[in-house]
Amino acid sequence: MSVSAAVEIFTNNIDASAAAYLDACVHCGQCAQACLFFEATGDVKYTPVWKLEPMRRVYKRHMAPLSGIKKALGLVPDEISEDMLKEWEELLYDSCTLCGRCTIVCPMGIDIAGLVRKSREAMVAAGLVPEGLVGAAERVLAIGSPLGIKPETLAKIVGEQAEEVGIPIDLDKVGADYMIILSAMEVLNFYEVIGALARIFKQAGITWTISTEAYEATNVGIQMGDKKVAATLVQRIVDAAEKLQVKYVVSPECGHAYSALNWEGPNLVGKSYNFKVIHILELLDQLVREGRIKTKSERDHRRVTFHDPCQIVRRGGIVQEPRNLLNMVSDNFIEMENCGTANICCGGGGGVSSNSRAEELRIKSFISKKRQLDAVGPEALVTACGNCRNVLEEALDEFEMDLPVLGLTELVAEYLDD
Amino acid sequence: MFLDFVEGPLWVVACVVFIAGALWRIVGIVRFGRRPDISIPRASALVGAIKGQFLHFVPHGGFSFRTRYHLIAGYMFHLGLFVLLVYAAPHVLFLKENVVGFDWVALPRWGFILSAEFAFAGLILLWIRRISDPVMIKISDWDDHVASWLTFITMLTGCLALQESHDSLRAIHMLFVDLWLIYFPFSRLMHAVTFVFSRGYTGAFFGRRGVVP
Repeated sequence: MSVSAAVEIFTNNIDASAAAYLDACVHCGQCAQACLFFEATGDVKYTPVWKLEPMRRVYKRHMAPLSGIKKALGLVPDEISEDMLKEWEELLYDSCTLCGRCTIVCPMGIDIAGLVRKSREAMVAAGLVPEGLVGAAERVLAIGSPLGIKPETLAKIVGEQAEEVGIPIDLDKVGADYMIILSAMEVLNFYEVIGALARIFKQAGITWTISTEAYEATNVGIQMGDKKVAATLVQRIVDAAEKLQVKYVVSPECGHAYSALNWEGPNLVGKSYNFKVIHILELLDQLVREGRIKTKSERDHRRVTFHDPCQIVRRGGIVQEPRNLLNMVSDNFIEMENCGTANICCGGGGGVSSNSRAEELRIKSFISKKRQLDAVGPEALVTACGNCRNVLEEALDEFEMDLPVLGLTELVAEYLDD
Repeated sequence: MFLDFVEGPLWVVACVVFIAGALWRIVGIVRFGRRPDISIPRASALVGAIKGQFLHFVPHGGFSFRTRYHLIAGYMFHLGLFVLLVYAAPHVLFLKENVVGFDWVALPRWGFILSAEFAFAGLILLWIRRISDPVMIKISDWDDHVASWLTFITMLTGCLALQESHDSLRAIHMLFVDLWLIYFPFSRLMHAVTFVFSRGYTGAFFGRRGVVP
């Protein structure tokens, strides 16, 4: 383990916004009120801003304006230590989903999740990354999927879905308008979404394909804080999109995949794309508005509510589109309290669900979401993220709640008038 | 003699340290710079930055109740202090003679008492929270306490000097005003300025994404 490497990354990651954040914090502790891990445990170590303590120390000791004078007077914090970094590995990886809810409550508007991301980069440099994430990174680099799904397995699953819906699905089709990428969780657990997409796109009359060289949307590099891995995975998608000459790459129902590709991707690979990134919810909403897909007049009568995936809604900006789609297929859609940008995380984002060490805490933290759900009493829970869906299903099982969790794309396809 | 010193040379030194230090710190923060974001924005970063300034004045997203203690105490202190600082009659006179060269309508005595009570109550409530709430105990450091106490003593000595019954009381108040000004740029008191940058950067970041949470 290298403390000096971590210090170097912490210092390299201080830019004007990080400095402003670290200087503006008045230690009011309000961020704790927004954190599902603090709410579930009451443990003060889970206070979001406390998770930034190593970064704050490095900044105040080495970087902050006027720190030289304070250093001479012995008024700067101690240097971070090996023990400190080991202690903070749990705080930065197990007890933060990067959901960013703490920013809402912060009177200074500090983007704590953004700083946790930067802190994770220092942890990577120090060699302190949970095994689950390291393994996922190794698999995605070697095989193409963090869950080890090989191209031939993908082809088999796609073939089965094509057969099921009776619509051919072309892999690696040059000149298609849209290239779909999928999250490993969708391919493995929720593969019906592939058939759903085939039906929707057939009705809309758009050409699409899946690349066998870049089918994975999940970017474990973003989750663990490894920029090299993150850039490699984005570049893989860029290369495939350019090779297939597509106009659009469709980001799937996966929270951080959208942020990784659309918001961070160009900065990671250092260039703008020559294709557009569109989220599947944006695309579906657009196709509805253009009258290119139509749903049955009969709508879902179940009392359904929507779980907002943090990286798509709060940190992704796609707030209204899922609501438009749900209102189209449901006549009993009810919102949870503090829905939309203030919604509570599933508990498994930001790589937490890939980190088996965090499982107990993750399940425990579901009480915040449960409180939201209990207030509404839904008959079905809809979401738009494969990871959220899986995490929610596991937690619902643990809490013995009988509540089906549905994918929004599949729900739209179910009511497609074809 | 002592009054001449704290209202003369020390006041000048305090003002220089306050202004130069605060500017140094602001320029220092901005000079870190930011890498250009080459992702395609969905909406305006500038609008987001402006929206962010106002959005965080009051907790939203259902947090108003949970954060009511801080919200109420925080506004009591900050508004009370602002009114005292700008509209207390001795301050208006002092600022006219030493800083700006003109005066404005000052608070009547009852207004001073009321705003002072608000400011003191707010500051004391916030400090009690800092030493009693487990979260705040965990995250607070010496700077938080020094800043709270220095502000408290400065306000207290100001009240003692209100009657202007004795020069030494005015001198003690001015001494703490000078110390407060000198401490300001080195401390968390700078949040009075840096909050604009913090809210602005976050607002701009999210503004590009079409949502300001």
